Amino acid sequence: MSEKAVAIREVESRGEARVRTVHAPSRPSTSKAFEHALSLLSPLLLLVIWEILVRVGLLDSRFFPAPSGIAGTFWRLVSNGVLLTNVGISLQRTLIGFLIGGVPGVIVGLSIGLFTPVRAALWPSMGALYPIPKIAILPLVMLIFGLGEQSKWAIIAIGVFFPLVFNTVAGVLSIDKIYHDVGKNFGASRLNRYLTIALPGALPLILAGVRLGWGTALLLMVTAEFVGAKSGVGYMIFQAWQSFSVEQMYVGIVVISLLGYLSFLGLDWLSRLIVPWRTGPFA
Amino acid sequence: MLTGTDKIKIEGLSKVFSTGNGDVEALHDVNLSIRQGEFCCIVGPSGGGKTTLLRILGGLEEQSAGRVLISHQDPRKPLNSMIFQEQSVFPWMTVEHNIGYGLRMRGVDRRTTRDTVQYYLAKTGLTRFARSFPHQLSGGMKQRVSVARAFANDPEILLMDEPFAALDEQNKILLQEELLKIWEESHKTVVFITHSIDEALVLGDRVVVMTARPGQIKANVPVELPRPRSVYELKATPAYGQLAYRVWTLLRDEVLHAKEEEEAYSR
Repeated sequence: MSEKAVAIREVESRGEARVRTVHAPSRPSTSKAFEHALSLLSPLLLLVIWEILVRVGLLDSRFFPAPSGIAGTFWRLVSNGVLLTNVGISLQRTLIGFLIGGVPGVIVGLSIGLFTPVRAALWPSMGALYPIPKIAILPLVMLIFGLGEQSKWAIIAIGVFFPLVFNTVAGVLSIDKIYHDVGKNFGASRLNRYLTIALPGALPLILAGVRLGWGTALLLMVTAEFVGAKSGVGYMIFQAWQSFSVEQMYVGIVVISLLGYLSFLGLDWLSRLIVPWRTGPFA
Repeated sequence: MLTGTDKIKIEGLSKVFSTGNGDVEALHDVNLSIRQGEFCCIVGPSGGGKTTLLRILGGLEEQSAGRVLISHQDPRKPLNSMIFQEQSVFPWMTVEHNIGYGLRMRGVDRRTTRDTVQYYLAKTGLTRFARSFPHQLSGGMKQRVSVARAFANDPEILLMDEPFAALDEQNKILLQEELLKIWEESHKTVVFITHSIDEALVLGDRVVVMTARPGQIKANVPVELPRPRSVYELKATPAYGQLAYRVWTLLRDEVLHAKEEEEAYSR
């Protein structure tokens, strides 16, 4: 139904709520479908324009190879298994590093949030250490842990640790005092207050920290693989630079962006699963 | 000393809060005895220390002077459970987990917990919502969960801090009637804080009138109305009207006094 028809119908049926509620929703749903189509079509259109510009020679194909060429390389790297192997290795590194940094981050965050002496002891050091760019200490980390997997885990863990500490602290401090009163009044032990009030109460903000931390982890994974690795997506990109295979470089970039996108979808799903009492995109 | 039928005895209780603008005396020399099984309602002007008194009874606040004696007859049961004024139901637990919270925290076996939760779910009309989260419930439903959580914990004393104050009139009446019904079964000792004279008379065996800050006990008004009570039938009786008038005359000066203080403060 066109917009005009809906408008007329609304005027006619004014005062008769039932008719209006039956017809009115058709407008928002049409525009929603349109928005949906637009969000799918506009990136495609961009790719088409890019392709044309390369073909007519307006874009330098040495730096901006045609999307069709990138797709071909992508397919070649998928079918010979190189891409999946490297993605697997990178994901494993990111995940291990994330857990090594994230789990202590949550525990330290809970302690800082709940116990004032711990806060007094650790808060200043946190504030001083956090702003150091993690990339700046990568050489030191490689010096300590060598060129193997450990140095990658370590740098990712360090990067993930801080956002999780800060978000967990914020999460604990955001819990309304009344819930602690309820816990106390109903005889919850210290450990139980930790588990039934502080942790679940802080979870929505901890999950926001997981999102931030995961972004940092992907960034540090690529960086670490640039300098000291013989495998992984970062290595693929860096190697492509050395051998001037620009198309492969683009494949690497696309893969990272896909990884980011898919992990955000995954985190949305995870949020709905573990904080079902919250609704909304940043549950 | 606790004597005979006394469940709670409050002697010379005072509470001073230190604030940025100096000390504020919330309670001053409060003396009060509450009998075993009594439904005791405390009314007073807002800001008069009623909530502070209840929080001291509930162990959430320390008194500055005086003492509170409470007889704990069955050490297997918790001494008190509170029903709070604000939203105090855990948003991250389902209705049934909220109701069973106290039982789980003191390690009651799963089976008893489940049966007790079922019982109070049915009593409060929440069976259908057992697995819902609080954000899916209305304000009245959430307060039902809070009431069920306190009763399910099976304490010797129930401490209620204006539990229905935030509800609309109709829901309030429904919840008052439900509360009376559940209470009639157990006749637990109840200390119920409210600013509503109606609510105090409908529910209580006695209305304790408190003064403006610093809170003191001004008067004890026994409510000798027959039980079981029905909220609206009760309100239609002449005895009810006389009692309401009596409590209001006692309270009126205090409310005016509190108002003057407030105005003097804001000036």
